[in-house]
Amino acid sequence: MESVFGLVGKDFAIVVADSSAVHSILVHKTNEDKIMLLDSHKLMGASGETGDRAQFTEYIQKNVALYQFRNGIPLTTAAAANFTRGELATALRKNPYMVNIILAGYDKDIGPSVYFIDYIASLHKVDKAAFGYGSYFALSMMDRHYRKDMTVEEAVDLVDKIIMEIRSRLVVAPPNFVIKIVDKDGAREYGLA
Amino acid sequence: MMKIDFSGLDASVPLCGNTDELCNEISTEQKFELPTAADFDGFQREAVQMVKPAKGTTTLAFIFKEGVMVAADSRASMGGYISSQTVKKIIEINPYMLGTMAGGAADCQFWHRNLGVKCRLHELANKRRISVTGASKLLANILYSYRGMGLSVGTMIAGWDETGPGLYYVDSEGGRLKGTRFSVGSGSPYAYGILDSGYRFDMSVEEGAELARRAIYHATFRDGASGGVATVYHVGPNGWKKLSGDDVGELHYLYYPVEPASVEQEMTEVSGL
Repeated sequence: MESVFGLVGKDFAIVVADSSAVHSILVHKTNEDKIMLLDSHKLMGASGETGDRAQFTEYIQKNVALYQFRNGIPLTTAAAANFTRGELATALRKNPYMVNIILAGYDKDIGPSVYFIDYIASLHKVDKAAFGYGSYFALSMMDRHYRKDMTVEEAVDLVDKIIMEIRSRLVVAPPNFVIKIVDKDGAREYGLA
Repeated sequence: MMKIDFSGLDASVPLCGNTDELCNEISTEQKFELPTAADFDGFQREAVQMVKPAKGTTTLAFIFKEGVMVAADSRASMGGYISSQTVKKIIEINPYMLGTMAGGAADCQFWHRNLGVKCRLHELANKRRISVTGASKLLANILYSYRGMGLSVGTMIAGWDETGPGLYYVDSEGGRLKGTRFSVGSGSPYAYGILDSGYRFDMSVEEGAELARRAIYHATFRDGASGGVATVYHVGPNGWKKLSGDDVGELHYLYYPVEPASVEQEMTEVSGL
């Protein structure tokens, strides 16, 4: 079942999500990308109801792009996180979006950061975060093995460990995961160039 | 003095002289009976769900070398009752695009027709056909705007556009998935079983049609809510074409021939004592 997690390293942030689209007992797809690129230096990993996830993340992405287009400067990661939280909070008392978000970004003078935003619109700046059934494994393993000064290689090793643990211990474990990294050079999928 | 109330014995339309027109309007009791249920809304929702046709269904579609293959059964059921064996579950949106029907028949038919209108308007406004991506997103956005209001739609939008073959799964929960192989409906697990084991990208149109037909047949064999006719469509660069429509009862003799059983015990003549 759904697993999304992320962490901040030395000079980068990393977000991981499973890539399964599940409907009751059926797996419809195993290559669904649940980590959206908000702009050149922001990643948004989301879990929750399929429709809400797709609609909400795209809405945020387009609004972040609109801000940049209107003002000529991009939102900082903190600003994007607060905007996202605000949208979730206003929707909460009308027709809530059932989405949990891990927002990772890199700002020139601040460095990498990760924000934890859940569907009831709470916002936390964190070093490591996880959502979904995989979070039980991811949280404890990150508590044990995480260090603030991890290199990309060390972080990916940890991520691989967590993925292996999910795949071996979770009853309905997803087969494939997507790993994305954001650093000073921008946001990209890990392993691709 | 006590009066006995005889109003219960009165005729439902009371005789009241010349002001009868007004009188009728007011005193004629207008009523209907409500079911004695503690949770009326829940009861109503359940009742509507029970008689909503085309609940049990098998539909499938897949992209391969030659384009997209789309197939479906033709049974509509209302609960345990089979209300039709000749439903068109593959809906022709335009000459290049097909939609499949699973869930509520009316919801699917209406919103596919609505999508057809929107696609034609796009064509007139932009002087080019809409992409499958665009069409599926139009439908998904409409369904998403009605989410939680009782719509029941599970559909695949299959077609050919400027980028080649396209296939999307769209449902009334707002989900929209791009893919190369989907099956929707109560018979879908059975159809997936046949589809996944027999699928190759480089199939010919004939092989693809045969695989699709077999998958529908095997789903109708195991799923009681699916049956009737296995219809197969193919969408290629020049639009869709209906390839076949076979009664699954006839297919049964083809795919599941009866084997002569070996006689385990020969009956022996009872010899006289």
